[in-house]
Amino acid sequence: MSDGAVEVREVVVRYGATTAVDGVSLTVPRGRVLALLGHNGAGKTSLLQVCEGFRPADGGECRVLGLDPVRDHDELMPRLGIMLQSGGVYPWATAGEILRLFASFSANPLNPDMLMDRLGLRKFERTRFRRLSGGEQQRLSLAIALVGRPELVFLDEPTAGMDTEARHTTWQLINELRDHGVSVLLTTHLLDEAERLADDVVIMRAGRVAATGTPAELTAAAGIDLLEVRADAGLKPESVHFKAVETSPGEYAVSGALDAAVIAEVLTWFATSGAQVTAVNSRRRTLEDVYLALTKDNRAGVGR
Amino acid sequence: MSSGTFAPAPARAPMRAILRSQIRMELVLTARRGEAVVLAMGVPLLVLLGAGLTDVTTVPGDDRLAYVVPGVLALTVMSTAFTGQAITTGYERSYGVLKRLGASPLTRPGLLISKTAAVLSLIVVQLLVLAAVGIAVGWRPEAGQLLPAIGVTVLATAAYSGLALLLASVLKPETTTGAATLIYVLMLAAGGIMFTAPDVAVVLPLAAHAEALRATLSHGAAVPVNDWLSLAAWAVVCVTAAVKKMRWE
Repeated sequence: MSDGAVEVREVVVRYGATTAVDGVSLTVPRGRVLALLGHNGAGKTSLLQVCEGFRPADGGECRVLGLDPVRDHDELMPRLGIMLQSGGVYPWATAGEILRLFASFSANPLNPDMLMDRLGLRKFERTRFRRLSGGEQQRLSLAIALVGRPELVFLDEPTAGMDTEARHTTWQLINELRDHGVSVLLTTHLLDEAERLADDVVIMRAGRVAATGTPAELTAAAGIDLLEVRADAGLKPESVHFKAVETSPGEYAVSGALDAAVIAEVLTWFATSGAQVTAVNSRRRTLEDVYLALTKDNRAGVGR
Repeated sequence: MSSGTFAPAPARAPMRAILRSQIRMELVLTARRGEAVVLAMGVPLLVLLGAGLTDVTTVPGDDRLAYVVPGVLALTVMSTAFTGQAITTGYERSYGVLKRLGASPLTRPGLLISKTAAVLSLIVVQLLVLAAVGIAVGWRPEAGQLLPAIGVTVLATAAYSGLALLLASVLKPETTTGAATLIYVLMLAAGGIMFTAPDVAVVLPLAAHAEALRATLSHGAAVPVNDWLSLAAWAVVCVTAAVKKMRWE
């Protein structure tokens, strides 16, 4: 194996008769951000649990910072930052007490006050964990993961339950981690999160790798694929760049390679024909469409 | 390598410092839970003063305090090492605290050491306070057999802790709370604390511990062999079972 921060080879995880992870291989290069993208139940968390040493793999091999996460558990732990999907904290302890407890485990921790300020937790310093909202608990978990200046962080659905502002703060922080040389493996079910944060994206589906790609490939594959226009009935929009069907009187479904130029052309067509346009809706592709598109690209030899 | 706020520089703090802050956290959280404090100090004090100073129950011998105070000391050890610890650990497991702390520089062995140390220091404080109250109301302990008394107390603590972790590992937290409280009440009734227990009760750790403390502290006599055997057996069985069944999540 090469010396990536995380090296996963053909890992299998089973729960009784159910196979949650079915032969997944991936590499997180040092100093990069890899996003594991997939719906709930795709096997992302199970794979993460193996990397974090919470359970051994039922097959295959997993090395984290060159170590075995189960056998070398105690040696590895100080070097990792772990953010669980939920829980993991004393409900009766205050946010400040918890963060300082984890800071005290490290010889050279980040300043807990600085982290609380960065994550907007200062006003909850004396609030007990169980009184925090879901998003506030997530931010505290992130602070706990970072306080020991780890080389590698595992973030399981880091922005789940966060409001828009907290999500942006978290994204900024993750970008900063990468810039400062920290390796990141995160899971998400949000396309835009993977697009914005990751250097590499691995899409998981039903325990397997469905597709791999860069955020640019993801963005290209996740374009607008349908435009719905409501205007006067009986028009016949035509172009070599798009196809329009009147699905019901005055309702047009426009498809094609709908980039900004083509969308402008669609609207220009309606404008020049003097139509009254009363509604325009775009429909973005779903995660399902994206990994189908990426898988097709891979087959055609475009992917890696 | 890169520089910046988050530039990696992981390093484990000295294990002594890690354990110290974890032990402090365990104690702070125990003190914060009202029912834990009642269980740890309120009930033993009530039993000590109620059964020790009034004639509400029948106890053997003329010296009520010589019978009741050692029993209350034994009860306190059980309430902290078993009932309190089982309830706390059960909830910590269900909240993912055990899992998360085990995956920190504290490590799993460090977490167990911290829990044990916190329970032991709590027990020392409780025993000193209760013994002082006992002496204040007229109990006259003997100091000659103090070491054997400490010995049986350590064995009882080990047995109770093992049983607590076992219960917290195999049952749901709500069930653990119910079971631990039920066992506490049953032991209180059958354990020879407030009133005479039948001789066979010595198979129970609470009865054996109470009898051993009465012999040593109240009468300056040696610990009966049966009590040593009973407590040693409980300690070995419970700790072994806990090691085998311990679950972290």
